[in-house]
Amino acid sequence: MTQSIAIPKPSRPWRPSPRERVINISLVLGSFLASYLIVLSTEMKGKLAYFFVFFAALAILNFALGLITKDWMSGKDQFFSVLMLLGMTLVILPTANILYTVFDRGRAGLHSGLLTNDMALSTPSDPITNGGLTHAIVGTFLLVLVALIASVPIGILTALYLTEIKGRFTRPIRFLVQAMSGVPSIVAGLFILSAVVYTVTQSYSGLVGSLSLTILMIPTIARTAEEVLNLIPNDLREAGVALGATQWRTVAMVVIPAARSGLITALILGVARIVGETAPILLLTGGGDKINLNPTQGAMGSLPFYIWKSFLLGTEESITRGWAGLFVLLVLVLFLFMLARFLGSRRAK
Amino acid sequence: MVENKAAAPIPSPREITTEPRFSDKLFRGVVTAGGLSSLIILGLIAIFLSYQGFEILIKEGFSFITSSEWAVEVDSVGEITNTSFGLAAMLVGTILCALIAVVIALPISVAAAIFLSFYAPESVKRVLVSIIDLMAAFPSILFGFWGLFVLMPSAEYWAKLINKYLGFIPIFEVEPRIFTRSPFITGVVLAIMIIPIVTSISREVFSQTPLDRIQAAYALGATRWNVIRTVAIPYSRGGIVGGSMLGLGRAMGETVAVYTVLNIVYQINWQVLFGAGGNVASLILLKFGEAQPYEVKALMAAGLILFLLTLLVNFIADQIVARTGSKGR
Repeated sequence: MTQSIAIPKPSRPWRPSPRERVINISLVLGSFLASYLIVLSTEMKGKLAYFFVFFAALAILNFALGLITKDWMSGKDQFFSVLMLLGMTLVILPTANILYTVFDRGRAGLHSGLLTNDMALSTPSDPITNGGLTHAIVGTFLLVLVALIASVPIGILTALYLTEIKGRFTRPIRFLVQAMSGVPSIVAGLFILSAVVYTVTQSYSGLVGSLSLTILMIPTIARTAEEVLNLIPNDLREAGVALGATQWRTVAMVVIPAARSGLITALILGVARIVGETAPILLLTGGGDKINLNPTQGAMGSLPFYIWKSFLLGTEESITRGWAGLFVLLVLVLFLFMLARFLGSRRAK
Repeated sequence: MVENKAAAPIPSPREITTEPRFSDKLFRGVVTAGGLSSLIILGLIAIFLSYQGFEILIKEGFSFITSSEWAVEVDSVGEITNTSFGLAAMLVGTILCALIAVVIALPISVAAAIFLSFYAPESVKRVLVSIIDLMAAFPSILFGFWGLFVLMPSAEYWAKLINKYLGFIPIFEVEPRIFTRSPFITGVVLAIMIIPIVTSISREVFSQTPLDRIQAAYALGATRWNVIRTVAIPYSRGGIVGGSMLGLGRAMGETVAVYTVLNIVYQINWQVLFGAGGNVASLILLKFGEAQPYEVKALMAAGLILFLLTLLVNFIADQIVARTGSKGR
């Protein structure tokens, strides 16, 4: 009765075999060679030519491979897979180039005083080590803080309406939030200008800048928070109600705590959306060169304003300052983005 | 003791009701009010911009969107003697740049979304999706100055190539031969800005393609490309169109990036490679600095037109996306 049972070894038939891998790599190398030779032997020149000849060669070689080993259909399949790869490459290339450019050119403007000095006593043509970004960073921080205080309640309430109440207005509100995220930033600036600056405050300040940022931030927070709240299982809500809690209690003590890290992600994405927003800032904040800790009065500097002004001044030093400002802004955005990712991935567990 | 217990009144049965408690009523009221805030804000935007701009709109009438002259004549004392405000050149420029952006971004984004949905292995896919999401979070000022300083020289060369080989098509003519700061280059920058939006929406609709249909196609012997061509693309067409409409709306409202890259000129220019164009949003930014109160009103009116235009585009996009969802092909 002791029969040995042959246990089949697990295989992964979808994985490319070593032979296929060698063929693939040789196709890529062949395309490199082809692009090199073709660009050398014809009038075409430059990176653009290399790039497209490489992809054309890769597509044709893959097509030929499919045609020879299988049939016409397979060749077509191979051909289009290269085209899709080309699309993906065209998406990634600009991003890589932007990151590289900013880090490369911004490096020249970095110095020890960058984060501790402001620009109050510096002129555009001063050497780069004079002055710094403190006023801009402080200003951006205050602008974002005020905008957060104003937009978080509205954004979260909107999300709660869409997920918890699901009333009559759900569909129109979802559309309106969508439409609001499409409002051009300059229109938000003009609106605050007409509704607040001309009628109430009569002057530029950080506060009115924050108000315009609030408009831009609400839809981001509302939509991300809606997605997060939708992920909370309905069982939790039902369990809360079954224990005798009112809907208010259920939302406040079960749903929101369960979604907390996701909601924080929503806030961070909202901040990332507005931290580099320039157009309304240019219209509304006045952009000072000194540290201003009072959002309700006086011109307030900010990173986008600083970058804008530095580039527009046009001297060599100020352009370097502009790249340094973009560097700091990009690092800020990257940091916020990674933080959101980190919290988001923790939620998924 | 025993008697006392017996004498205790029997509690009457609890009244069962579906009427929410007060706290719930309050909660629902507050949340509904918060939910309606987006309506209120959008309404206020329309009201205040029309209130400020309506004087100009009345005076200029229909020519505000059909004429293309934007001038304020001032006499020696600084009094305004004559004004004419017309947005036509800027409106044409706005739509032109945005269309160029969508034409460039759409094929690239759809190809990238197909690559992500059907070709990329899971680990590669996660990294690429992160990069695309990050790209969506880049501020527009970054795209603007990158476009001006880094992309411009290359894009100018591309424009010259297009002009050399396709110059016989009227829109690719360039006369006089100025290639920098053209609507084409602006369109390229805007395309890079909207690619992440269009890609992530396309990817989302592709991921909703019913699995049974994909598997059925494979079972019938389809290659991967056959599946994409006959199942995924027909199913997702509406969503992709809606996504690119959203991208169009974004591109039309973009201010800073366009302002830095485009050479703003007050004439209707259909030669996309020629270095002159217009954009409503950047006009507002350009004119705002030195504008007198009267001209600011005209800028408010321009803002209103831009607002209504983007609202319209968003509405159409929303309708298209909604129809795809319910069609359930």
